[in-house]
Amino acid sequence: MTMTELPGLDHDTSAAHLDALTDEAITIIREVATECENPVLLFSGGKDSAVLLHLAVLAFAPARLPFPVMHVDTGHNFPEVIEYRDELVERWGVRLVVASVQESIDQGRVVEDLGPRASRNRLQSVTLLDGIAEHGFDAAFGGGRRDEDKARAKERILSFRDRQGRWDPRQQRPEPWALLNPRIRKGEHLRAFPLSNWTELDIWQYIARHDVPLPSIYYSHTRTVVRRDGMLLSVGGPVVLEPGEQPFDAVVRYRTVGDASCTGAVESEASTIEHVLAEVAAARITERGATRADDTFSESAMEDRKREGYF
Amino acid sequence: MTVPTATAARGTLRIATAGSVDDGKSTLIGRLLHDTKTVFEDQLQAVVKASRRYGDGETNLALLTDGLRAEREQGITIDVAHRYFATPARSFIVADTPGHAQYTRNMVTGASTSDVAIVLVDARFGVVDQTRRHSLIASLLGVDAIVVAVNKMDLIGWDEREFRRIAGDVESFVGGLSRQVPVTAIPISALHGDNVVEVSTHSPWYDGPPLLEFLEQFDATLSSLPGARVHVQRVIRPQGGPQADFRGYAGVVAAGTLRASDPVTVLPSGRTSSVAAVHRWGAEVDAAEPGHAVVVELADDVDVARGDVLVVSHAAVSPVVTEDIVVDVCWMIDQPLVAGSRHWFKHGTRTGHAVVADIEHRYDLVSGAHQPATELVLNDIGRVRLHLGEPIVADQYDHHAEGGRLILIDAASNTTAGAAMITSVTAAGS
Repeated sequence: MTMTELPGLDHDTSAAHLDALTDEAITIIREVATECENPVLLFSGGKDSAVLLHLAVLAFAPARLPFPVMHVDTGHNFPEVIEYRDELVERWGVRLVVASVQESIDQGRVVEDLGPRASRNRLQSVTLLDGIAEHGFDAAFGGGRRDEDKARAKERILSFRDRQGRWDPRQQRPEPWALLNPRIRKGEHLRAFPLSNWTELDIWQYIARHDVPLPSIYYSHTRTVVRRDGMLLSVGGPVVLEPGEQPFDAVVRYRTVGDASCTGAVESEASTIEHVLAEVAAARITERGATRADDTFSESAMEDRKREGYF
Repeated sequence: MTVPTATAARGTLRIATAGSVDDGKSTLIGRLLHDTKTVFEDQLQAVVKASRRYGDGETNLALLTDGLRAEREQGITIDVAHRYFATPARSFIVADTPGHAQYTRNMVTGASTSDVAIVLVDARFGVVDQTRRHSLIASLLGVDAIVVAVNKMDLIGWDEREFRRIAGDVESFVGGLSRQVPVTAIPISALHGDNVVEVSTHSPWYDGPPLLEFLEQFDATLSSLPGARVHVQRVIRPQGGPQADFRGYAGVVAAGTLRASDPVTVLPSGRTSSVAAVHRWGAEVDAAEPGHAVVVELADDVDVARGDVLVVSHAAVSPVVTEDIVVDVCWMIDQPLVAGSRHWFKHGTRTGHAVVADIEHRYDLVSGAHQPATELVLNDIGRVRLHLGEPIVADQYDHHAEGGRLILIDAASNTTAGAAMITSVTAAGS
């Protein structure tokens, strides 16, 4: 399949644009991995981290990936995603580190909200920072994209975190010409976002071009769901039915993959990459708006979480 | 390391907005996003809701890019926001930069990678200090064009003479700068969308294109450097497995075309070899162009390390290797830059010590005039002589931007302290 045959790619300039984004991301990954002593790639099993890992493998070929990947495991997983994660780690021979939110709860590092609508999403920040500290990571690659959210749109490619893991949006390092400056002091760390300039459509075009494997839930399937706050939440996992809620079967797919308690599915018949691309190109609602209860919570939900150390 | 940026030759145009506070930069970008159908319904709903909360009469499209809470509360832009949109003609990356003088360093960040700077001017007030300051910075950073978007034309009754006067003011200011940049003026109303995407019916006297059409058709200039360069990021050695003997040098092609069998000089050592193979994205390729992230195999086992530059040696221009350079530097931290101060520098993939030998002058950012100076403070731009602790392959920024730019890093805090553009180089030993 050539680029120009893909839906949403009706002109050659988008193929050239994707080329440039690919070169940019590989360059960032190489630069940070070479200047920092102990980097890690944050891997959620979602499409952005799948593309990030794919790019990282290309960046060092034919040598092996010179750093491990870390999964911050909320315990509220889609089983398909864990299966996919383990398969991928095996195939590419990468070292996997798991930081567990359940362990953070058991150790009293965080207190879990209880109740039917409790989410572990916000608790991840503590587990993530603990994982970074425990392993002494000085740089963490993330799949964050500026087009995802208005606070992310403000973030640099290299995002500096202080000893408490905090992001200060008013004190960001200037990044002229994207000449990257990864110098830090001990105890501080960096987040590196090689996909900063990518959009959701760019991600899917890359997946199509390179045949990047994804968890099956990104494609259309039948699932028992419940409608809550305008979102379709999967029934059977961490989502507990409330009185009066009626579960039903629907043909859905996921546009994002996060904590199963707050990640919604969208109704979709798109069962192939071509159909997904056509759907994404025509989408009128952002992926986070459509699928993330955590981001619609307040106007600055993402900024607030990022200040605390979130991805 | 310089990250390759999408350039116009490959379809993508990088734009930065500039201009004073309240000139409507964020509103203009909101308008571009909205009118090119890039704004999603949930984003627009959130903006409508927020506009009501902040007491704006109409839907405030600036809230699409002013994403930080402090920005929305104060109604100003503090840091750069990046936005993306595409039309059937090309893809765009937009940096919405702050207008306040105190955030000039963030404006430099946004403008440094841009092909075109859109300088907004409020038609009611004409050219103000920030118009000149941002035009000067855009010129120093080497944008290919400045678009003067004379905004809020509706508030002066679409007065053609006033528009011509403002356009002429900017043209004569930019024309007096040391680096000439073509200036195009467009009368617009970002709020109402006149001459942004659609031609306005209010300005029959204006026969130029609306802003978007101008941007779609703009051809950015390419680096004219003839010989290929690769700043080496990393040595790729599999250390085991079927390709245990593989040894390649990862980096970005900074200029020219790189092909197998090209003769290569490794700088600064001066050792020579030739290209055995070029790889991109894990596969061998026939040739690589500027911006491509490659791994280069050489025919001989020569000493190559991170920070070295591979130069194709049949190039007509031989690069200068030097430790002494003169730069225009934008200063970005509170501690002033003074003669004798020591910093880290990063040029390409080379990092080392830099000492400020002396300050030649600072720019009066409003008039463009040179002033004597003993220090550069936050947001100052001045001309400085640097002595580097190790040699670099230096180009004049005007000739070859990738080889002519460096950052200075504060040794105490590690923050990025300055953005420097080489204005002249002195060959080592001369």
